[in-house]
Amino acid sequence: MQHLVHLHHLLYVAAGSSPVTTIHVQWIGALTYGLAAIGPGIGIGLIFGSTIQSIARQPEAAGRVTGLMWIGFALTESLALIGIAVPFFIK
Amino acid sequence: MSYVLATSAAGGCHLFSGCGFPSPSINDFYFTPFFKVGSVGFGKPGLLMLLSTALVLLFFWFAFRSPKLVPRGIQNVGEMGILFVRDQILRPQLGKRGEKWLPFLVSLFFFIWINNIMGIIPILYFPAMSKYGYPVALAGMVWFIYIGLGIKHQGLVGYFKSLTIPSGSPTWILPLLIPIEFFSNVLVRPFTLSVRLFANMLAGHVLLLVFTLATWYLLTVSAGALHSAVGVASAAVSFIVTILVTALEVLVQALQAFIFTILTATYISGAYEAH
Repeated sequence: MQHLVHLHHLLYVAAGSSPVTTIHVQWIGALTYGLAAIGPGIGIGLIFGSTIQSIARQPEAAGRVTGLMWIGFALTESLALIGIAVPFFIK
Repeated sequence: MSYVLATSAAGGCHLFSGCGFPSPSINDFYFTPFFKVGSVGFGKPGLLMLLSTALVLLFFWFAFRSPKLVPRGIQNVGEMGILFVRDQILRPQLGKRGEKWLPFLVSLFFFIWINNIMGIIPILYFPAMSKYGYPVALAGMVWFIYIGLGIKHQGLVGYFKSLTIPSGSPTWILPLLIPIEFFSNVLVRPFTLSVRLFANMLAGHVLLLVFTLATWYLLTVSAGALHSAVGVASAAVSFIVTILVTALEVLVQALQAFIFTILTATYISGAYEAH
């Protein structure tokens, strides 16, 4: 029931109505991580998509292309992972 | 999970008793240790870690106890595993000169994979990698290996040059580029390597918990005759989703072990030569 009550409050906030008491920090955190995951999500999609395209065009370059793909994937996903870790550093 | 079950079952908790859905929390990742040495406890995660180490060791020991030229039985399976790591991970990243890293990469891959699989094996049901300390130890080991190897092969200055200065970058951008590349290649790499594994295992375990708890919870709701049909139907849906999530977890567990190992190979290959 506790969770439903918080959701209720959040809906009130969204509608701009009055009976607002508290918004729990966890809700903001969850929402913000959702936002933080959009960019890396698009980026990883682009990386894998263009790897598939380039291998389809030039299959003999597959080994080199996948190597670069993993480096790009690690760099891009690091943003989403930093997004997970940041709340733990904020006191 | 046992904590949630115990507290909620004791109070007869269900949808209409007012205590709500016992949603899983970070508390489900803390276990009462079996015994303590000083302030260090040894609990379920440590036990699973030892178990998976023993499993990997025993499997490869049995597979290659008396290796035959024409492999039979378990030796076939062992060779398949080793060839998978060699052809999919080691050869594309490191080439022939990296062949001496095969034992390390094979043990890394199978250790992480078996550890992750513990998350869906009945009774065990816990991926030890969802405790952050374990992936940190692995990523720390990988970090020391590739930094040490890079210094050995390219020298201290040379290796940090190849880490921080991408080839072909103009001189005027270097003051901006060097700190960013240092941050991303030296400091962030071990961090993301460990957090990727940890976060995937944690999220997968929480997903499984949500749906198994929901199945149990909706069934206890249906104990009251009034809501039984709806309750059982919802529990059935939740149970099917549990099975689907388990299938997804099988994929994620293998994929995370693969990604960890292939990134290790990539970092080691960066230590051999400048990109």
